[in-house]
Amino acid sequence: MIQETKKAETRAGSNVSAAGFDPAKFGIALVGLVIVLAILLAGFIYLKGTTGVSIFNALVAIVWGVAGVGALYYTVNSLIESLPNVWRGRLLPYLFIGPAMGLLFWVLTLPTLRTLYQSFFNQDTTQFVGLNNYIATFTDSGMLESFRNNLIWIFGGTASVVILGLLIAVLADRSKFETVAKALIFMPMAISLVGAGVIWRFVYDARPVDQQQIGVLNSVLVGLGIEPQAWLTLQPWNNFFLIIVQIWAGTGFAMVLFSAAIKGVPIDLQEAARVDGATEVQAFFSIVIPYIQGTTITVATTTAISMLKIFDVVYVMTGGQYGTSVIGTEFYRQFFTNNNYGYGSAIAIVLFIAISPVLIYNVRQFGKQEGF
Amino acid sequence: MALVQGRTAGTRRSRIINGTIVNGILAIIVILWTIPTIGLLISSFRERSDVITTGWWTIFPHTEYVSTGKPIQLASPPNLQQPINVEGQTYTNEQLTQGVKTPDGRILRWINKRSGIIDVQTSQWVARDNFTLSNYDNVIIGQQYTYQDNGVTKTDKGENMLNSFISSLTVAIPATIIPILIAAFAAYGFAWMKFPGRRFLFALVIALLVIPAQVALIPMLRDFNALGINGTYLSLWIIHTGFGLCLATYLLYNYISGIPREILESAFIDGASQFTIFTTLILPLSVPALASFAIFQFMWVWNDFLNALIFLGTNQDTQVMTVRLQQMLGARGQDWHLLTAGAFVTMILPLIVFFSLQRFFVRGMMAGSVKG
Repeated sequence: MIQETKKAETRAGSNVSAAGFDPAKFGIALVGLVIVLAILLAGFIYLKGTTGVSIFNALVAIVWGVAGVGALYYTVNSLIESLPNVWRGRLLPYLFIGPAMGLLFWVLTLPTLRTLYQSFFNQDTTQFVGLNNYIATFTDSGMLESFRNNLIWIFGGTASVVILGLLIAVLADRSKFETVAKALIFMPMAISLVGAGVIWRFVYDARPVDQQQIGVLNSVLVGLGIEPQAWLTLQPWNNFFLIIVQIWAGTGFAMVLFSAAIKGVPIDLQEAARVDGATEVQAFFSIVIPYIQGTTITVATTTAISMLKIFDVVYVMTGGQYGTSVIGTEFYRQFFTNNNYGYGSAIAIVLFIAISPVLIYNVRQFGKQEGF
Repeated sequence: MALVQGRTAGTRRSRIINGTIVNGILAIIVILWTIPTIGLLISSFRERSDVITTGWWTIFPHTEYVSTGKPIQLASPPNLQQPINVEGQTYTNEQLTQGVKTPDGRILRWINKRSGIIDVQTSQWVARDNFTLSNYDNVIIGQQYTYQDNGVTKTDKGENMLNSFISSLTVAIPATIIPILIAAFAAYGFAWMKFPGRRFLFALVIALLVIPAQVALIPMLRDFNALGINGTYLSLWIIHTGFGLCLATYLLYNYISGIPREILESAFIDGASQFTIFTTLILPLSVPALASFAIFQFMWVWNDFLNALIFLGTNQDTQVMTVRLQQMLGARGQDWHLLTAGAFVTMILPLIVFFSLQRFFVRGMMAGSVKG
């Protein structure tokens, strides 16, 4: 209806192309825009020159950034509204979506293409090397180790998060302490993975045999009469101990989604199954699991992606040493330690390709959506 | 009748048993989940020497071998090659070096081999419960250093986390508000305006949802270098705005496109412009969705490590909390007592936000589960 009105407006406007033009308003808006741009530029130069953190600068920065964006929208809108009707109708949508699309183009789309381009060049991107970086990516022993580890992360980590998340959601759903239990399981979501790294140091810490253990895990081992283990250097098992940290951090997310999904399963369906003589477990696997399939796929793909991109936990806890490197840490090492831009870019593109099936799936799902 | 009653009583009993099992398993999982965090919290209040020599659980009463303070003085300096007679029992030198249990449950250990002094330890109930706030003091205000300068003793304060706290806020607040503002405009444009390329551009937004950050890092770093804004807050705002925009646009589109048509139509009939409708109608109506995303984005930015490390760097004046904490882990890996308090200082704000606004956060996260 609105669209139709607008079309009619546009059609009416096209008869007299200058209809609705307001020169005075246009002039004021233009001056306003110039002033806003000048203030933004001045703020930019000021902030560029500031070193160190101060509360004043922080406030300036916040006001500059937030009010600046708002003022920009306002003045450009005034400018567009002073234009003839035809142009107003044509330009206004782009005022609304323009800044977002422009930023996405600058920060995501363009860099992806540039990274792809760079991945065909040598270390300092001066010489074309064809597919050499990619060949290196798939033959270099360090990278192969990362791929192996990432596979462990993706399969081991995702399976654990999905199963644990579902288990906790089901248990919590039947418990009186649902709210408390869920809040505590979910809490690690609020903690940075760097913070998680510190927390888990107190679990994995290992001291020599003759000293008192201050790590929980080794203390338990010693209590059982077993020798303490250096968990984080114990190859290849240390990968699993790192994955546990991520499971600890990520299960809350899976649990919350599963919890909502389980509550959406119609009670009649489950009752009907029970009347037919199905046990709780049978009812769960034949009714609940198929019903929440969509959620399971969402949780699994989201978790798998986060396992694929994993960086923080490994970087903070082992720095990618002792056979724990993953694609994320290898990328960082090639790019920042070795300054090998071409190779680093190739690794990033490999990561992108690994994620692309999900990207294609998402776009396909959108394509099916009606009313767009 | 009796039979039916019997059956219900039976089901009730089995339900109670089921409930106990459910609560029991849930309790075990929740305890396992919270132990690491509790360990850190307790450690952060312990004295430095306690943290590095004993586990945090020793604050609870437990039995431990404690020196009686009454050492045994052997009559003559012992011959270490021969069995040594102590109170009628013989022990080897090695046993006494490691500590040896007497038949009555005491532990004997050398204090001084040459003069033959032996420490006697008995099992006693102890709790290492000397708590202190000095770790937080050191971390927040800065550690006191005393040093000699030209014969004059000076004290100085080391770097503290207050700076990084302000720095993190300076990063997080604009990096939360700006993408919301821009995304809300775009979401309205996509939901209520028709323009060429609308479908394609929205498909692009969805495609970019899962792009790994690594793909964009290298080119963006170059652009920021060219603009001379590397290492400034501005660079990180742009990055977080760009990375957060897709999800924000997608979420807000879902919400804004669901606002009833009638509300907008009546506003159009009153002659309001798109801009007025957006600012006076849509934004206020979308507050729940805006809040959900705001919390999600705030947590994400606050806990982000990779982008902050790359774009803002490790410069002490501007580094954010996650980077600061990681630096403490690396450079002062042995200062466990400071790490614990530091980790909690980084967590305190997200934890407050989390527990007070959990409902919004969960909603935002569920809606945003498409993001990787």
